[in-house]
Amino acid sequence: MKYLTEYRDGEKAIRLAEEIGRIVTKPWAIMEVCGGQTHSIIRNGIDQILPKKIEMIHGPGCPVCVTPLEMIDKALAIASRPEVIFCSFGDMLRVPGSKDDLFKIKGRGGDVRVVYSPLDAVQIARKNPDREVVFLAIGFETTAPANAMAVKVAKDQGINNFSALVSHVLVPPAIEAIMTAPGNRVNAFLAAGHVCCVTGFEEYPKLCEQHDIPIVITGFEPLDLLEGIRRTVIQLENGEAFVENAYQRVVSEAGNLAAQAVLDEVFEVTDRAWRGIGVIPRSGWRLSKAYRDFDAELKFSVSDITTCESELCRAGEVLKGTLKPNECEAFGKECTPRNPLGATMVSSEGACAAYYNYGRFVQLETSSSAL
Amino acid sequence: MTTDTNRQVAQQDAPQGIDFDSLSCPVPLQDYPHIILGHGGGGKLSSELIEHIFLPAFENKHLAGLGDSTVFDVQSGRMAFSTDSYVVQPLFFPGGSIADLAVNGTVNDLSMSGAKPLYLSAGFILEEGFPVAKLKRIADDMGAAAKKAGVAIITGDTKVVERGHGDGCYINTAGVGVVPTGVDINPTMARPGDAVLVSGSLGDHGMAVMSVREGLEFEAQIESDSAPLNEMVATMLNACSDIHVLRDPTRGGLAASLNEIAASSNCGIVIDEKSLPINSTVQSACEILGLDPLLVANEGKLVCIVPEASAANVLEAMKKIPHGANAAKIGTIVSDHPSMVIAKTSIGASRVITIPIGEQLPRIC
Amino acid sequence: MCLAVPGRVNEIFEDKGTRMGKVNFGGVVKEVCLAYLPDIEVGDYTIVHVGFAISRIDEASAQQTLNTFDELGLLEDELEELRETDYEKNSQSTASNQAEKIR
Repeated sequence: MKYLTEYRDGEKAIRLAEEIGRIVTKPWAIMEVCGGQTHSIIRNGIDQILPKKIEMIHGPGCPVCVTPLEMIDKALAIASRPEVIFCSFGDMLRVPGSKDDLFKIKGRGGDVRVVYSPLDAVQIARKNPDREVVFLAIGFETTAPANAMAVKVAKDQGINNFSALVSHVLVPPAIEAIMTAPGNRVNAFLAAGHVCCVTGFEEYPKLCEQHDIPIVITGFEPLDLLEGIRRTVIQLENGEAFVENAYQRVVSEAGNLAAQAVLDEVFEVTDRAWRGIGVIPRSGWRLSKAYRDFDAELKFSVSDITTCESELCRAGEVLKGTLKPNECEAFGKECTPRNPLGATMVSSEGACAAYYNYGRFVQLETSSSAL
Repeated sequence: MTTDTNRQVAQQDAPQGIDFDSLSCPVPLQDYPHIILGHGGGGKLSSELIEHIFLPAFENKHLAGLGDSTVFDVQSGRMAFSTDSYVVQPLFFPGGSIADLAVNGTVNDLSMSGAKPLYLSAGFILEEGFPVAKLKRIADDMGAAAKKAGVAIITGDTKVVERGHGDGCYINTAGVGVVPTGVDINPTMARPGDAVLVSGSLGDHGMAVMSVREGLEFEAQIESDSAPLNEMVATMLNACSDIHVLRDPTRGGLAASLNEIAASSNCGIVIDEKSLPINSTVQSACEILGLDPLLVANEGKLVCIVPEASAANVLEAMKKIPHGANAAKIGTIVSDHPSMVIAKTSIGASRVITIPIGEQLPRIC
Repeated sequence: MCLAVPGRVNEIFEDKGTRMGKVNFGGVVKEVCLAYLPDIEVGDYTIVHVGFAISRIDEASAQQTLNTFDELGLLEDELEELRETDYEKNSQSTASNQAEKIR
């Protein structure tokens, strides 16, 4: 695939890692914000070829994982209703609420369907005028334009049996929350390339300045990630802290203006809870007043469902890089990939799940030293 | 179970000793273009299905008797016996159908113990309203697949469930085969130092089905790899009588098969990602949906664990069969990290290949 | 967060007033919403996420990035001897490197 395969060249990746090794003199903790980047790092083993001085901390940027328990419970309540066709992205189906997940609801007779695009859910609503079609609209700024368009199309075309259960989250407030958390160890961020291709990166210079951290907008393939890390390390070593775009073929400073216009129309900023982290002020989007009629939370009166996160789970600390997954008391006991408590165990690339899967291997490879 | 199965085929009023050349139709099937409950009731309608659909499609001498069970001769020695049920949706997909899977799946399960498959049974569970024409197409395809694989479908059964209680058509097949003398192939036999081979490109079947699944459709030249593997296994056994393990990586893909072998043999497995045969279009489809081709189903591929010294010979034998042209050595059995499968990535690092918890779903993240 | 894949726009059309297109991703063609890229043309490459084209790929920048990597390579070649010793050390330490991080 053009613009993909070229950025996976193994030999060039090793050279880039060596180049980083030549630059780095001090230990640095770099957080990749985005779950897609975490996936690529684990999938390719990028952290293994980096110099030991560089520690990659996996950030909170998996929208599936950070969707709060409460929102999942609301989704499950709606999906259980006989008149509802509940549409979701595939990766949400296995995410557990406090008792069930969407798979189990489906097993008990709920009409739960996987869609590739939010517009597919609108199409299902059009084809089933006698049913209520609800779309679970999760995601960061990258997914938001698609979800916004689905709601807009439904409104414009009068498809009133469509509604969205919205749980959108935003990257800059999360970076802010991590930087201001007690014990924070993050020295620099790789910003999520695909988020920035929607939003641009005009919001980032002030974060760099306030917290004295480099932010490098980075892509997802091995060479993109290594290039992002290389540029970050150069800044760190030189004592600099500015916004840099290492994903220029896709991201422009202004972002996608057409998408931003629709986002402004359909959504408004709200406080949002993050699974395992808690409420971050002004860190999410909900439907704006003009689109309230399409808000599934109101339509199905599930606003009063409240669920507390597990007290055992310390995902928030793991996400902030202040706790190693295996230092958590629930790790591998109450909390496993099959029965995850928090965000970081839910996704296979979450820091805790990665430790769970990969840790066994490392333990064997280094049996002489205690893990 | 055998008795019950065959009672359905051999209806009491079914004609004995069908003459295939002069089939006549007492009640024309077109009177019933769709399956009704009566087709599973054991009466005239049931016999009609047998007479006009199954017998012509599966044509073989064993069916002529239509007894409560079918009797066949066996040699002395060891036999293999296997069963599988097929519920794929949609029923027809690029490169095959539920019919091909139902025959090849059981033929392949038998082949994975080194057996020469001989006879299959076919059980149909049909939903009321299922088009008879589709059933005919499925039966004809099964007959053709059996012929191609060199096996005979010699007993069967049909049941009909009420509308809404099934998904059109489910098929169960069971099969028996004979294991050649001296062949001992099972998942516990992998030994450190053995080579890991696959017979061709990975993930074709799963992505072909995905391409026509409602809501995920895409246009691509991807066809299911559904194929019988018995001829390939016979050729491989000719080249090397000491094959340790054979598996067909169906549901759960290569990842599940390798993990099962590693666990059963208490060995580790290391594979090299660069050596995996994957069609570029399948890879592209996996990229879009966020799927790992190692976890995607195959229906005409095998994994073979063989002593390193014989690897080249076995590989050559696989390549002689048309659907083995892309066979490749992909890894090695090791004594380290028992029951774990590790992949060397394109950048020279490693990752753990885990067994998927359930069905792989498209990701957004 | 966001699985987005590059593809080439094959075809552009309107569907109930929404700008849509067919995009070819390495041999796989899917219908994609182009509403957010009003200027994109047939033959352009775009990044697609959940059925929406969200950015036009700047082919010149893409080439420039690749050139940077190649230049890094050239610099490497000059230091080849040094690199080889480094590389051996690096590959041997891969597993323990990971272990160290996890610890």
